[in-house]
Amino acid sequence: MEAEAAKYIGAGIACLGMGGAAIALGTIFGNYLAGALRNPTAADGQFGRLVFGFAVTEALGIFSLLIALLLLFA
Amino acid sequence: MANDPIHQFQIQKLFPIEVGGLDFSFTNSSLFMVATVAAASAFLIFATGGRGLVPSRMQSIAEMAYEFVAGMLRSSAGTEGMRFFPLVFSLFMFVLVANLFGMFPYFFTVTSHIIVTFVLAMIVILTVTVYGFMRHGTHFLHLFVPSGVPAALIPIVAPIEVISFLSRPVSLSVRLFANMLAGHITLKVFAGFVVSLSAMGGLGVAGAILPLGMTVALTALEFLVAFLQAYVFTVLTCMYLNDALHPSH
Repeated sequence: MEAEAAKYIGAGIACLGMGGAAIALGTIFGNYLAGALRNPTAADGQFGRLVFGFAVTEALGIFSLLIALLLLFA
Repeated sequence: MANDPIHQFQIQKLFPIEVGGLDFSFTNSSLFMVATVAAASAFLIFATGGRGLVPSRMQSIAEMAYEFVAGMLRSSAGTEGMRFFPLVFSLFMFVLVANLFGMFPYFFTVTSHIIVTFVLAMIVILTVTVYGFMRHGTHFLHLFVPSGVPAALIPIVAPIEVISFLSRPVSLSVRLFANMLAGHITLKVFAGFVVSLSAMGGLGVAGAILPLGMTVALTALEFLVAFLQAYVFTVLTCMYLNDALHPSH
């Protein structure tokens, strides 16, 4: 296999990691909404934690996107 | 390649300086770091200069920034943590202003380079380690042995805690750098689609509206990410400082 072809396949495989981050973010926001609809008064107090969880989880998806982009362009 | 998405991160020497074989050149990265510090300082000095009892608009923005960081530090490291407020506030303002500066077209994003964010993370981790040992001595090592763990589990738990402590500077710096780098590359890639589609003419120009809309949406998301990553960096700094202040969980 040519190195160029392997690079594109590798970038594609690296993007699979973003699927995991997508599932995780869905879980975070889904659970936040479920909790917020049960107890709307407590929802605003937990917004900071929601955003924090979002950023920490999203970073892992970004890591795999970074690998893919580095394979393609660097 | 005309629209190479990596090109924007290249470091260019503005004033080449070399001392004893070491490269101390003033680069575009240095220029934007100076601009970041100057903008943040000028804003805070100008905004708090009036010091009115009823704050002006500028003063209330500065007060909001102060209260935001102070609240973060108090809630995660307690009132004792306020002695680190100058460090934490400077870190927050530097990262936030550097991230926001990077959003201007043709501007250089300082935080998109791993070495910059790694040094910022090392400042935090070294402060935690040095202060922890200075204040608690060997008691600081209780950080690696969580209270309430059965004695049989300690040989397993302690190495995990040590590894998690050692990976902190890496995860702290890579999170910020990767977010900024990936965000700016994605923006550039979608902007490149607009150019290459509209070069096809006719139907291509009509189709270019889709990536153009995506670029606008991504720009908005990047502003959110710029603030969010500064926030996350600061929150994690506060949590690590809490470890230095209260090592036995």
